[in-house]
Amino acid sequence: MDAIVLQILNGLDKGGAYALIALGLTLIFGTLGVVNFAHGALFMLGAFCAVAFNHVISLEQVVVDPTKITAWGTPLETRTPYIEVWLGDTGTTLLNYSVPLSILLAVPLMLLFGYVMERGLIRHFYKRPHAEQILVTFGLAIVLQEIVKSYFGANPIPQAAPDVVRGAMDLGTLIGFDPGTIVYPQWRIVYLFFSLGIIGSVFAFLQFTTFGMVVRAGMADRETVGFLGINIERRFTLVFAIAAMVAGLAGVMYTPILPPDYHMGMDFLVLSFVVVVVGGMGSLPGAVSAGFLLGILQSFASMNEVKTILPGIDQIIIYLVAVIILLVRPRGLMGRKGVMET
Amino acid sequence: MEILNVSNVNKRFGGLKALDEVNLSVEQGHVHAIIGPNGAGKSTLLNCFVGRLIPDSGSVTFLGKDLIGAKPHEINQIGVSRVFQTPEIFGDLTLLDNIMIPTLAKRDGAFSLNAWARVDGLGEIRDKALHMLEDVGLAEKKGMIADSLSRGDKRRLELAMCLVQDPKLLLLDEPTAGMSRADTNNTIDLLKRIGERGITKIVIEHDMHVVFSLASKISVLAQGTVIAEGKPEDIKGDPRVQEAYLGGAHV
Amino acid sequence: MLTKVTPRSDLLMFVLFTLAILAMPLWLAPIGAGYPDLLQKFAIFGLFALGFNILFGLTGYLSFGHAVFLGVGSYAAVWSFKLLGMNPLPALLFSVVFSALFALAIGFISLRRSGIYFSILTLAFAQMSYNLAYSVLTPITNGETGLRVLQSDPRLLDGSGSDTGPLISRLFGIEMTGYSGFYFCAVLLIVGFYISQRIFRSPFGMMLRAVKSNQNRMSYTGLNTRPYTLAAFVISGVFAGVAGGLLAVTDPLAGAERMQWTASGEVVLMTILGGAGTLLGPILGAGLIKYFENIFSAYNEQTLHAIFSFLPDVIEAPVVSIAGLFVGEGWHLTLGLLFMVVVIFLPGGIMEGLNRISKIFSRSKPKPKFTSSSQSAAAAE
Repeated sequence: MDAIVLQILNGLDKGGAYALIALGLTLIFGTLGVVNFAHGALFMLGAFCAVAFNHVISLEQVVVDPTKITAWGTPLETRTPYIEVWLGDTGTTLLNYSVPLSILLAVPLMLLFGYVMERGLIRHFYKRPHAEQILVTFGLAIVLQEIVKSYFGANPIPQAAPDVVRGAMDLGTLIGFDPGTIVYPQWRIVYLFFSLGIIGSVFAFLQFTTFGMVVRAGMADRETVGFLGINIERRFTLVFAIAAMVAGLAGVMYTPILPPDYHMGMDFLVLSFVVVVVGGMGSLPGAVSAGFLLGILQSFASMNEVKTILPGIDQIIIYLVAVIILLVRPRGLMGRKGVMET
Repeated sequence: MEILNVSNVNKRFGGLKALDEVNLSVEQGHVHAIIGPNGAGKSTLLNCFVGRLIPDSGSVTFLGKDLIGAKPHEINQIGVSRVFQTPEIFGDLTLLDNIMIPTLAKRDGAFSLNAWARVDGLGEIRDKALHMLEDVGLAEKKGMIADSLSRGDKRRLELAMCLVQDPKLLLLDEPTAGMSRADTNNTIDLLKRIGERGITKIVIEHDMHVVFSLASKISVLAQGTVIAEGKPEDIKGDPRVQEAYLGGAHV
Repeated sequence: MLTKVTPRSDLLMFVLFTLAILAMPLWLAPIGAGYPDLLQKFAIFGLFALGFNILFGLTGYLSFGHAVFLGVGSYAAVWSFKLLGMNPLPALLFSVVFSALFALAIGFISLRRSGIYFSILTLAFAQMSYNLAYSVLTPITNGETGLRVLQSDPRLLDGSGSDTGPLISRLFGIEMTGYSGFYFCAVLLIVGFYISQRIFRSPFGMMLRAVKSNQNRMSYTGLNTRPYTLAAFVISGVFAGVAGGLLAVTDPLAGAERMQWTASGEVVLMTILGGAGTLLGPILGAGLIKYFENIFSAYNEQTLHAIFSFLPDVIEAPVVSIAGLFVGEGWHLTLGLLFMVVVIFLPGGIMEGLNRISKIFSRSKPKPKFTSSSQSAAAAE
């Protein structure tokens, strides 16, 4: 029993990331009708916002003290981050909270990037075949990851969670299990609530604002909304920017869980696409629930008990589920009937 | 002789009863028109003949063969061709290719891995296709890409694609919708000429002018059921038909 | 196409193609591409793209997992070396059989869907195969190390142990490396081109174009689309399998990275760069990409400094550092940009570009006013 709870918890944080990426993918596909193969790259860019932010705020002031000599015979150098020099303890705190703080950088940056990408590229592909949309965004994804690679190198760059949530937490004792059975890293709990928060805000935004109403109407029936005389294009741009931001934020907060490297986007993209397909193309609740569901399934498949019966299952479980869903129920778990079924 | 028999066909879409105990009998060599107000279930009925929809209950037989559950290509292979409301053609192929494909389908069946022959070596098929294009007056456009045709020409092309297969039964879904009067008359003439070949036809049509100049029998469909059936003269005077139209979509 | 296709024009095209391929060592030497390793790559990836084009170019089904068959072909060939000996012919037979089986299985399932669903299904199968090759299938694939032929392998036909030299594939005593390796690949490319040409001109090819154009009309015309697409999928899978087999013939080892989805993306790029749906385009695209890959990835900072040394230092440094992004390790960046540029500006690929240029030239010729329309009508025939 405790093992099952632990596996569910383990699946949730990954599921959260899948859900956030899939949410954006679905939003873009549902409103703009565009298949965005660069969405994983946006997740990766978000993660590197955190890396860049951390780089900037930990820039160090080097003070050389010629009066003191080190063991190697060179003058003693003391390195202090500028931010500590200027702000003292506040600076230390800021450094400690580097990952959550980089959200402040990621939000405007990702919105801007989404805006530019939609205006500059995606807009021209609304009416082109899906195959060409896939190809051009695939090209863009390669470009983005190669640029990141050339600046940040090919190796993963670990990011630390703030001290308060760096440790693990004995969740089991809270719900009546023996101590030590369900120990869970605190940052993953933070990530779970963070992703739920973002998902909630996106849904609330779509549910309670006029803008959201138009977007939902557009997802249901694009042509009719066009006939209403609503300038749908302007809104498309914003939808795209929001989807980019959501993917970016998912990336920022994921960095303490998985040290970001330049090709993390591709790995997540393929899986998120599978999530979208399983959830149902164009269905937002479908994308979210399928994200969590597949995250949990994947974590169950990597249990040793399962792997001894079905070796290698953890490697392929998600793809296998996708294949089965596509064949048995092509519209996905929550897709509308008749939407992209063939 | 009866060629198509429809008995007690029902089809529901959610709460909506699209077809309600439809019975229909189409005689060999006739032009059978199905008319009725919008939403009466005409297209739904046609879709049940070609394998696009499967009725909830009832039977559809063509020359004694059960059509329910058969795939579209199987139904075509036993002699049923269909012209659509918006022309379904091979838009980015030439007109000649558009006609040669159905001709080959008729000769070689639903699948043939004929990868070694050359298309330009298929003299007989090509001649048949060219002849067909001449029949519908598109011969001089044979090298054009089908998408570049006018709407009227596309419809004629689609009709030619069906005719070249010498179908036993031809289904026409509003063959003149959206056409100018002149084009409509051309199409009527063309359909009359085909009539001479003895192909049985089912026509769905809104335009009464077309219906009365072509049909030898008319069935009137309203709210998913056949409310009247008979020769054109009889239908013209039938009060139920007038009510269905006046009380229906034409308000 | 502007010129009328006849059996005679096709024969001419085939003969010219054959001559051009066989003479590649001569005419590619001046641009620094005349050496055997690169020529082998041209032929092998040309074959890969040629096969991909039969699926994507004719039917419009965009497979994002075609590299699986390349990988399967390589593994099958290496296993043939290990079991039967270093003869390339049984190795290629193995490649054909196994890639056909894989293509049949994957195609049978994936082709039940079309559009982006098909792309995602093929991608899912490719990722599955790749992941499995690295993990549980290690006894067959030798995991990360890659599969290679060992001195201790049985090699039934040429006898284990009797051959103490390096393990190189040999056909009737000729080593399949260097120029002889290239000519072996070239012959298969030429055979592949011939098959592809026949398919393009055949009723079967016409049906595949019909699939791309309108599947709805196709089934209401009495044609069953599924076996057509499956046949195209298997044929293109076998082309990829043979290409994979040739990779192993010229260099007897196989690794899972050959199946990665970046490899699948590469063949898509080759095909669209040259021109999907054209006969020569994909081979041209494959050649160009392999050529530039070879050139660009060879550059490093020193060579760049040497190239831009004529510039004043103030300009040279930034120019070199910017150019440095695109070469060497950064070759993939160039590749990605190329991908975007081609899709955005020239979705028909180089062949369409050439067509446009030739149209401009033929239009700019002065012509009497009235003959032009009849001429173009005749040309359209």
